[in-house]
Amino acid sequence: MCLAGWQGMTASTTTPPDRGGPAQPLLTIRDLKKHFPIPRAVVRAVDGVTFNVLKGETLGIVGESGCGKSTTARLLMRLLDPDGGTMLFDGETVGGNSNSGGVAMKEYRRQVQMVFQDSYASLNPRLPIEDSIGFAPRVHGISAGQARERAHELLAAVGLAPNQFARRYPHELSGGQRQRVNIARALALYPRLVVLDEPVSALDKSVEAQVLNLLMDLKEKYGLTYVFISHDLNVVQYISDRVMVMYLGLVVEQGPVDAIYDRPAHPYTRALLASRPSMDPDKRRTEPPLTGDPPNPVNPPSGCRFRTRCPFSETVCETTPPPAADLGGGHLAACHMAAAGSGHSKAGGISA
Amino acid sequence: MSAALNMEPAAPLVKLRDLTVRFVSRDSSVSAVNGVDLDLAAGESLCILGESGSGKSVTLRALMKLLPKKAVVEGGIEVAGNNVQAMNESQLQDFRGSTVAMIFQEPMTALDPVFTIGTQIAETVCRHEGISRSAGMARALELLELVQIPSAKRRLAAYPHELSGGLRQRAMIAVALACRPKLLLADEPTTALDATVQIQVLLLLRELQEKLGMGVIFVTHDLGVAGEIADRVAVMYAGRVVEEGPVRAVMKRPLHPYPQGLLGATVHAGLRGQRLTTIPGAPPSLENLPPGCAFAPRCSLAEPACTVAVPEARRVGADRMARCIKV
Repeated sequence: MCLAGWQGMTASTTTPPDRGGPAQPLLTIRDLKKHFPIPRAVVRAVDGVTFNVLKGETLGIVGESGCGKSTTARLLMRLLDPDGGTMLFDGETVGGNSNSGGVAMKEYRRQVQMVFQDSYASLNPRLPIEDSIGFAPRVHGISAGQARERAHELLAAVGLAPNQFARRYPHELSGGQRQRVNIARALALYPRLVVLDEPVSALDKSVEAQVLNLLMDLKEKYGLTYVFISHDLNVVQYISDRVMVMYLGLVVEQGPVDAIYDRPAHPYTRALLASRPSMDPDKRRTEPPLTGDPPNPVNPPSGCRFRTRCPFSETVCETTPPPAADLGGGHLAACHMAAAGSGHSKAGGISA
Repeated sequence: MSAALNMEPAAPLVKLRDLTVRFVSRDSSVSAVNGVDLDLAAGESLCILGESGSGKSVTLRALMKLLPKKAVVEGGIEVAGNNVQAMNESQLQDFRGSTVAMIFQEPMTALDPVFTIGTQIAETVCRHEGISRSAGMARALELLELVQIPSAKRRLAAYPHELSGGLRQRAMIAVALACRPKLLLADEPTTALDATVQIQVLLLLRELQEKLGMGVIFVTHDLGVAGEIADRVAVMYAGRVVEEGPVRAVMKRPLHPYPQGLLGATVHAGLRGQRLTTIPGAPPSLENLPPGCAFAPRCSLAEPACTVAVPEARRVGADRMARCIKV
């Protein structure tokens, strides 16, 4: 235990200090890659993504299954080791040691916590929930009594009365209550970043709204930063400050939530937004915005990976992968149409 | 395929009367469905909306007598003039697949992994219409084209695992439509699909329903799906239909506090920065339903009268119903 800034239980009862100031991104991800070998091929699950998570923001990640959003979450959490790229946490390399500098893995995991979609599978069925919540503090050297105290405090913070719930087992709770326990557990070490991977997707609508409200309250109360992954575009719009859209292991568009939802620049983002079923029976869709399914990430198309489903595809899209074009205000789109002089006949025709 | 159906407005395609389903075991009795009345006209599309445990899937399965033997099913179930409750096993085999067919949420578990798509479709046709295998395969090809599977001929010989999720769901729809059923039951058919594929399958189902003139009952928890596809909506809560009416009316001005709360709690554009309105608490346990209105413990408008007896179905106008004493 040779970590600066963390000495036994005293430091672990508070949020670690901000190092780089508010302007420095909490997490800086450059060209992150994860490839899974399968017999005779490689699944390029995450194939070079670059983004920042700013301090105090909620970054929403959307995309369809197989786009790499959950792999990205696991990479952020370092449940998977990346095959390439760099990760800086508040300016420091993740996974360093006392010689090379940087933030060590145990310390990193204390500051970055995760909530999973399946609230039941992510809790130990044999532990009362107060023990599940107190487990990580115990690992980090807090006494049993203090860990229980912490657990009760957090149960109260997520809206579960400790004297009623603390000794219950996961199977004695409803889905919404279990997800509250998972959120409490993620907060047990006073993290700075919480990665939420589809945290409300398995919940009923009336419970989903309760949990979303809770997440907003906790963010304010504890000064948290969220990475919020979901396939539900409405939920992402509601909760996010910035949004990142992924397709086949790449980021196709990212920017402030209003820019993405009001002025989407990438044809995939536009199709995704137009695919939302309409709640108004008078505004029913007549044509699907896209045909076909997303291609297999084992053998993605050459050039732009979206070109096989894109109505605007041209020769340049086949030959050259589009770089991220800057549309101003932090709005980036990886599309040849968004970049002037790319060789696409509609180049520069899309602007934010 | 021709739109071959003579509309007979007099007799409804589906007539459910006071349907109750209980799952009884040695130490508990779960009341999954508690008195559901539903009608469906031929060629009509009805959406049953509800959260998990509201009894929507159990109601759907009861229409095909697909519930396990230990389920205690009571009440009248009439589909296309047949009394489903009174059918024996061989009658049911003729009835399922020809008069009524079902599509499920998860095509990978509903399709047989060791047979090709073509074989599975042809099997249904051969069984019900007694035609030859080669004629069955020809029909299978026709059906794959009907559900807009690209390069249909090649896909006839494909196994389920060789297809993408969207194509698998289309193949399952093809199996269900093989004998031109009068009634199609769909249990969350698009929930497992990605957004861009979900809308394709929804639009396909709507198109097929109009083209073939089938009655369709959709079960979903997604208000957006109901908005895209339904003519009428029935909202279920704790095993009862609490509100029923035309889709426009129910989606725009629900009468019952539960669908009102559900609409308020559904995240949509324009809510950013605001607190979401929620329905407090959680649905009641089906082992131990409260007396009176099951929604009363969560309802902000509840008064003592609500907990005395289950509210009767009140008619509002010609075509709406709500089970609430305030309506």
